[in-house]
Amino acid sequence: MKSDKLSVDHLLGIKYLREDDLHLIFETATHFKEVINRPIKKVPSLRDVTIANLFFENSTRTKLSFELAEKRLSADVINFSYSGSSISKGENLIDTINNIIAMKVDIIVLRHPSPGSALFVSKNINSCVINAGDGTHEHPSQALLDAYSLIEKLGNLKGKRIAIVGDVLHSRVALSNIFILKLLGAEIKLCAPKSLLPKHIESLGVSYSDNLTQTLKWCDAVNMLRIQNERTELNFFPSTREYSRLYGLDKEKFEKIKKDILILHPGPINRGVEITSDLADSENAIILDQVENGVAIRMAIIYLLASKIKMIDYDY
Amino acid sequence: MVRKTLLSQRKFETILNRLACQLIEKHKDFNNTILIGLQPRGIFLLNRLISILEESHNIKNISHGKLDVTFFRDDFRRSETILSPKSTQMEVVVENKSVVLIDDVLYTGRSIRAALTALDSFGRPNEVELLVLIDRRFSRHLPIQPDYLGAQIDAIHGDRVRVEWNKNGIENIIYIEEK
Repeated sequence: MKSDKLSVDHLLGIKYLREDDLHLIFETATHFKEVINRPIKKVPSLRDVTIANLFFENSTRTKLSFELAEKRLSADVINFSYSGSSISKGENLIDTINNIIAMKVDIIVLRHPSPGSALFVSKNINSCVINAGDGTHEHPSQALLDAYSLIEKLGNLKGKRIAIVGDVLHSRVALSNIFILKLLGAEIKLCAPKSLLPKHIESLGVSYSDNLTQTLKWCDAVNMLRIQNERTELNFFPSTREYSRLYGLDKEKFEKIKKDILILHPGPINRGVEITSDLADSENAIILDQVENGVAIRMAIIYLLASKIKMIDYDY
Repeated sequence: MVRKTLLSQRKFETILNRLACQLIEKHKDFNNTILIGLQPRGIFLLNRLISILEESHNIKNISHGKLDVTFFRDDFRRSETILSPKSTQMEVVVENKSVVLIDDVLYTGRSIRAALTALDSFGRPNEVELLVLIDRRFSRHLPIQPDYLGAQIDAIHGDRVRVEWNKNGIENIIYIEEK
């Protein structure tokens, strides 16, 4: 029987979700997508819920997307960014968060540079936690919106071939995408220089190639990842120019494969490095669909998690 | 659980035809009117009324929509069951139109209140009316009354009143499940 509630109380990673959960989130997101295309895009469901967006790391679209999703659901929203906070005065993470929760916050949306931070926080506080990216570990809401965008275009992903190209080593998007696509029955091929692949990645049941043209010929859709220079000072390849020539998606390589494939990118795009402008803006790219779906997916996640938080029995 | 049938098939048909005629009296050719069925069960009544208006009264192309009010309900997080949405199909502009909300059973009136709020998202109608097949008397939580009414029944709190629709229109029944 189809479940009408999530099996989890927090969204810490795709790893913790079941296939049922994914379909419930997708179905709910479809209803919210209809809502955000109305003349008035707001529903009052969460008017008695307060959400804190705690971003200990830079973010543009994820933060805006979460904030918009929360506001479209009529939740009260408070925002926190690392710069200018008391963290620089020596306060630890749990103290910071507990202080925020003491202001009667129901849901925490957390982005943090340390892998596992969302799990750690969920175990130490009494509030629902949504992981908006924990270091190089997971970025579940991005994977959900990627999979949702793919399903919109390709239908059932069972047996579909999806390629993930670029900096898999430092990418939380890659790991969450691998988990979700496997759960939905897709075949996955990674394409990157060996220096940008984590050890033992094949144990996740994915294949690997270092030839982009062959990978493109194989796949139905390709997810282009950005080189995350901010995560390391080491050089993982000789030069950006060489990387771009071998692993960057350009018109020449795209025309060689002689088939229509979808192009995804989690953003921000480094135009001319992992993808050229003509392809990023082409009809094959569903990058802006991903952004639109991001709001609907995040509304669905928040709605479904919030529905598991029981109302306090007020004594009037 | 005791199950008691409230309306016979014949009476059911008579009521539907009467409701269609009452709508025509007020809305004439339905040029400025939009019929909106409330998900999930108001849709069956909406579809039956439209087919009666088309087939028996030759009124074609009636503007209509399907509205889900889940996200506008006032009992989110207040009950054990999770509120699961259904699809909304509102490819109509309600601005300056006469809207008739259609649902099968009117009980506490809270769904209708949610529907009135949900309707705001699609524009400002000139007027909004309410058509229901069954009105459970003396059970309202809000000051909401129907403009078009199939039948009124008395059922105690906790009983379930259900309209069962058959696609062929042969075995429509309304029954009450007593606690």
